[in-house]
Amino acid sequence: MAAGVATPLKARLAAAALVAPLLLFLLGVFVLPIGAFLFRAVQESDVAPVLPRTVAALSAWDGAAPPGEAAFAALVEDLREARARDQQSGGGEVARASARLNADLPGFRSLLPMTARRVAAPFEGEARAAVLAISEEWGAIAPWAAIRRAGGPVSDFNLLAVLDLKRDATGGLGTAPPDEAIFRAILWRTLWMGVLATAICLAIGYPLAWLIATAPPRAVPWLMAGVLLPFWTSLIVRTAAWMVLLQREGVVNAALGALRLVEEPLPLLFNRGAVLLAMVHILLPFMVLPIYASLKSLDWRLPRAAVSLGASPARAFRRVTLPLSLPGVGAGCLLVFIQALGFYVTPALLGGANDQMLPYFVAFYASRTVNWGMAAALSCLILAAVAVILAVYGRLVGFSRMRPA
Amino acid sequence: MSPDPALPRIPARLAGAEPGGAPPPAPPPAPPSAPPPVAARARPAPRPGRILLWTFGLLAILFLLAPVLAVLPLSFSAGSFLHYPLPGLSLRWYADFWNSDFWLPALWNSLRVGAGAALLAGALGTLAAFGLWRGRFRGQAVVMAVLLAPMVVPAIIVAVALLLFFGPLGLTNSFTGLILGHAALGAPFVVVTVLAALQQFDPVQLRAAAACGASPLRAFWRVCLPQIMPGVAAGAVFAFATSLDEVAVALFIAGPAQRTLPRQMFSGLNDSISLTIMAAAMVLVLISGLLLLAVTLLRRAR
Repeated sequence: MAAGVATPLKARLAAAALVAPLLLFLLGVFVLPIGAFLFRAVQESDVAPVLPRTVAALSAWDGAAPPGEAAFAALVEDLREARARDQQSGGGEVARASARLNADLPGFRSLLPMTARRVAAPFEGEARAAVLAISEEWGAIAPWAAIRRAGGPVSDFNLLAVLDLKRDATGGLGTAPPDEAIFRAILWRTLWMGVLATAICLAIGYPLAWLIATAPPRAVPWLMAGVLLPFWTSLIVRTAAWMVLLQREGVVNAALGALRLVEEPLPLLFNRGAVLLAMVHILLPFMVLPIYASLKSLDWRLPRAAVSLGASPARAFRRVTLPLSLPGVGAGCLLVFIQALGFYVTPALLGGANDQMLPYFVAFYASRTVNWGMAAALSCLILAAVAVILAVYGRLVGFSRMRPA
Repeated sequence: MSPDPALPRIPARLAGAEPGGAPPPAPPPAPPSAPPPVAARARPAPRPGRILLWTFGLLAILFLLAPVLAVLPLSFSAGSFLHYPLPGLSLRWYADFWNSDFWLPALWNSLRVGAGAALLAGALGTLAAFGLWRGRFRGQAVVMAVLLAPMVVPAIIVAVALLLFFGPLGLTNSFTGLILGHAALGAPFVVVTVLAALQQFDPVQLRAAAACGASPLRAFWRVCLPQIMPGVAAGAVFAFATSLDEVAVALFIAGPAQRTLPRQMFSGLNDSISLTIMAAAMVLVLISGLLLLAVTLLRRAR
């Protein structure tokens, strides 16, 4: 600390008291909401309130063979009560439970309401026979296993689902069926786009930062303005610019057509190249500025000393200048990669259906299907990736420079 | 534009833009005696390498500037096509922006929310930075991590989390909720910028003030704050810019009455692009330019 002679208790308390308002504010509108949201990844609250007896009856079930009469009887009783409650309050409890179960086992969305409707009428004899008469599907293990998995209060269902994993009836881990197994591909796509964007930004950004750091002083403000102006321009404006440039009737196609270079307008938009182009364009300043800062504070006598001691300029760069500028390179790569992982607006506008990355699916589950559990599980995945990158960075470069020491 | 004042400030701006690793904001400006960079020596006879570097660098800057500069003139088109040549010049799209039921209110909303978020983040962030600078306390590293976390958590996660959390509290579809969310996203920039400003402040002055009988509060208010004011203002400008740039949170927690300009542009782009969006883009670019100008002047004032 700049003030830091010995800090007496009173000063420390005063310091803490000054930090407290912002800390409490961020705990209230940032940490707590995100924590509560992420908890939904493991929370199971849709099925247990609707089928309490069934869940209880299945707790001792081994999952090796379909459950016995007790579970069927519990199901009948649960469904009758839930249906009665739904009709009384218009609550849609059965629908919510079916939606959750359908996410696990497709077909449940119709199976559960149908069963609820049909068991509502009194019947004679065993519940098992009556339920099987409604649908043979209840004779299998799968629906019961799905109910048990969703029985709550917490489960790893969503967290496994975003890794394309699924538990079977006995609780063993297996890969998800191919039509559900889409998330690993999306995760790799997200990471790969991040790596590509970072690499391209580095390849363009380092020479540019080098140029600004070594340019004659009167040229520096102009070069700097060329980096800072785009940096300050809204992301949405830059994304809109790319849309207007690249679309079918856009600037680039019109120009190419006028020059008779193409017969038909090129499909430049809604593909991965467009997303990558815009990402590099938007993130490049985040790479240039830290590298520039580290090159600027570098002692240029050192590489010159290396040259005067007989190193070739290339060797002096590789062995002296480059290592000294690595903190800037590390900071730039960290900034670019972390932001690339969180890109939502640009891919949503410039990409096609197959170019979307993890953040898009967070928004998709939150707004289109209102599946908070999956939205939260995907968010956990993104945050885990961010945490890994921060940890690697902390290990390789360290955050000590960051602390106001 | 004189080059020197801008240079040593870059690290401070950087520290503001990133969660870790930039060179400390503290190092004093490069001493004037520092040897001139290679370029100065190379100038009499530019080596081929320098020419290549300049070509590459200028192309990179062209890549950065050209896309936006290429499309903005379209907003002055008399026609409605999104390409050149323009059929004629007119201000009809600006008139459309001005007269429509949603574009001007969206701009107004953006400015309101941005100002609210900047004030809130500026006040809380300045206090916190002062506290962090004053003395160490237990758990400071954890506190710092929490204060800077909004810079690394993707906005879409914040947006969905706030939608869920603010819903039951009645803060969705409200200016209050949007300002709170944007203030949280902008606060770290204030903290880092003010911390950088405080590195230039000599703490002995606070003791001198105390010796003259000033209470700590009065010493902060009358001695410290005036000196770090450019940093505080720059931090607030960053917070304002963060809010003005923000789409995801506005998309999820704002109602129709709180639509901000970027949010409105997002809908427009998703829908069908009209040249009114280019007029809106022009307005945003002008505001961003003003903000950059403000920050540059504030840096010089320090």
